[in-house]
Amino acid sequence: MNKEIFLTSETAWCPGCGDHNILDALKQSLIALGKAPHEVLIVGGIGQAAKTPQYINTNGFCGLHGRSLPPAVAAKIVNKELTVIINTGEGDCYGEGGNHFIHNIRRNVDITQFIHDNQIYGLTKGQASPTTDIGHVTDVQPNGSNNIPMNPVALAITLGAGFVARAFSGDKEHLKEIMIEAIKHKGYALVDILQPCVSFNKVNTFQWYNKRVYKLGEKYDPSDKLKAIEKSMEWGDRIPLGILYKEEKSDFHDKISFLKDSKSLVESEVKTIKIKEFMKDFI
Amino acid sequence: MIYNILIGGAAGLGMETISSILEKVLKRKGFEIFTIQDYMSRVRGGHNFFQIRFGNEEINSHWDEIDGIIALDKETIDLHLGRLKENGFIISDEQVKIEDKRFLGLPLKVTSKGIGNPKVYGSVALGACIKLFDIDLSGVKEVLSEKFKDEIANKNFSAFEEGYKLVIPKYQIQPKNKDSSILLGGNDAIALGALAAGCKFYSAYPMTPSTSIMNYLASKMNEAEVVVEQAEDEIASINMAIGASYAGVRAMTGSSGGGFALMVEAVGLSGMLEVPLVIAEIQRPGPTTGLPTRTEQADLRFVISSSPGEIPKMVIALRNSEDAFYQTIRAFNIADKYQIPVIILGDQFLADSIRTVKPFNFDKIKVDRYLHDDEYINIKDYKRYEITKTGISPRITPGKISGLTVLVDSDEHDEYGHITESAEVRNKMNDKRLRKMECLKEELLEPELIGEENADTLILAWGSLYSPVKEAVKLLNERLGKNKYCSLIFGDVWPLPDKELNKYAKKVKSIINIEQNATGQLAGLIRECTGIECNSSILKYDGRPISSQEIYNKLTGGEQ
Repeated sequence: MNKEIFLTSETAWCPGCGDHNILDALKQSLIALGKAPHEVLIVGGIGQAAKTPQYINTNGFCGLHGRSLPPAVAAKIVNKELTVIINTGEGDCYGEGGNHFIHNIRRNVDITQFIHDNQIYGLTKGQASPTTDIGHVTDVQPNGSNNIPMNPVALAITLGAGFVARAFSGDKEHLKEIMIEAIKHKGYALVDILQPCVSFNKVNTFQWYNKRVYKLGEKYDPSDKLKAIEKSMEWGDRIPLGILYKEEKSDFHDKISFLKDSKSLVESEVKTIKIKEFMKDFI
Repeated sequence: MIYNILIGGAAGLGMETISSILEKVLKRKGFEIFTIQDYMSRVRGGHNFFQIRFGNEEINSHWDEIDGIIALDKETIDLHLGRLKENGFIISDEQVKIEDKRFLGLPLKVTSKGIGNPKVYGSVALGACIKLFDIDLSGVKEVLSEKFKDEIANKNFSAFEEGYKLVIPKYQIQPKNKDSSILLGGNDAIALGALAAGCKFYSAYPMTPSTSIMNYLASKMNEAEVVVEQAEDEIASINMAIGASYAGVRAMTGSSGGGFALMVEAVGLSGMLEVPLVIAEIQRPGPTTGLPTRTEQADLRFVISSSPGEIPKMVIALRNSEDAFYQTIRAFNIADKYQIPVIILGDQFLADSIRTVKPFNFDKIKVDRYLHDDEYINIKDYKRYEITKTGISPRITPGKISGLTVLVDSDEHDEYGHITESAEVRNKMNDKRLRKMECLKEELLEPELIGEENADTLILAWGSLYSPVKEAVKLLNERLGKNKYCSLIFGDVWPLPDKELNKYAKKVKSIINIEQNATGQLAGLIRECTGIECNSSILKYDGRPISSQEIYNKLTGGEQ
């Protein structure tokens, strides 16, 4: 397949930003999976990462801040033929959109969510994000961030997500492998992608991550939930990368027979005759 | 001839069931029905009541004076006795102690115990009630067996029979001819309209008094193949509906004022992305939590101006159950045609008042999606936001056409949906979006004139006040001599249709606005859009629906 099919306009990201590698890995994953541009929908909220739909030739939906999940799951619910992927930042998804994050894991619609997690707000120029470490000094947190950083992967596992992984933008090949598995997974899949912000995060740099990350080995069993929770708690000197947890389970469509067994809702006819019959309930 | 029955008691006593049985029995006998319910925001206790008006002529409103009270507790009598007519009746248990010649203390409890189920108490009372009107028991069994399982239905029928023996007829009323009309509340009408329009996705968060739309749709989810999803909050509700609509199905959300307030940013998203959306806003008295189970019309100006920035949008105020059905369908068609949000504005009074409605004519329903998929099959270049004369750009279904993708963005964008900060493109895009309002104005529905063409006084109202104002105008003109009152009651409120208004405002001596809010929001809107000033107003904001009788009394100073 033509490698250029997903190419579109120039990005407005800083040179050296982790977003470039994430975008590359995403395009390569879609090519590896044999997807055509019209078969894919990329959804973003607001933020630098959330501009991804602008920089890739697929269907794209750049919505409101924090609200990438609701339109993404709804689009998938009504058109199961679409491959629906969210690319957005941790501020957008875990902060502003935290409630949707929690409840869409429970909803388990077959979509994939790539979180560009740079532990800082980039678009608004350097405030603390939900994953900023304690003590991290910013313009708005002059005494250092006081809030306990959120652990999105542990949270996702405990909420019942069927696919939870962590990747690093500095290792594009590994990122691509995980992306492919995440897109292939049936049901909601989360990949928290660590990435440096070269402009606004002078603490969690490429070197900072590179020194700490390591890959879960061949022997690691991602089907063991308690072990996965234990691994997902690891942060600091060593940060594990890879598929932390994976479980096959029925998804949203499986539980509604007319979604599971029929064609997509976008293709279905209006049941006018039945609806006319409903009037009889009121006689 | 019209009679008015009140059924009252504490929450949890089954008033809704009793009331719906009486409505159905009377409706199937061939009577016209108009019911309102007044309930408190609690699951048990308090005081709730239903008022059922029935008769053999058109009924457009509830009425304050009552012919009969069915009291399931003493409080009902204490609260409503003042409204009972001189020759009215009270049906209650014999143990209730009250000195009033209209009181019929009947052995309701003893009889229901004798039947073997104390819960059929209400059916004993209903049996007595219909006997007072000399209405026979035929058809009662069918209504009961639709409501209850066999044994319970039989016991309720026995209760009807026993109650029937307890009194002698007091009134005579002949029904109209039986017909195929239906008994429908406003929210059920909206839900049915949504299904008829081909809505495939409804996401909402429960909020009184809008929840019954979701309840009805959910009850038909599998049969009609419509996804009804309870969202985690109202922000999710509307953003989900926008996502579903973007992907190509008709989608809708609904809430009341407080929940709608949370949706406001996404109302703008629908306008900016040009993704069609229908939103039902079923008003209750605010601000904030207000009076959750009661009625008000105080969200008009809020809804019209909802959204940061300036977007094209339409607001349709629903006037009665029949209108709610057809306007919901029209809302979907307009949303699709102009790719805008359309808000249908109801209220608790409309939602919970049940009335006889002519069966809907499905042959008249036109569903046009205004999608351009077929035209684009062999075209290589697709501009989601192509600048056109009308402002409407061709819309295609994402994923349907190989080689074409659909990019939408909440940032200002160019014709392809790509972000831009160009001043020139910004102006072109903003103009293009707002231009759609000009075309929309051409297809607004003017309010029909009610009353006399050459009246002295013009009454202006909107939405659910259609019914009580219509009935009041009829009474005023009948009782006070002709050529006195006329009325324009707005359904389409934004953009505001002004042709009829301009015409009649010039002819009359005075203009009165009647609204269920404290600030006269329609009058303000009219002043802003047309410069026409109302001379006086009747404003009610205690949460209770205004009746035709109340309007009549206010306009005549109590003169009957």
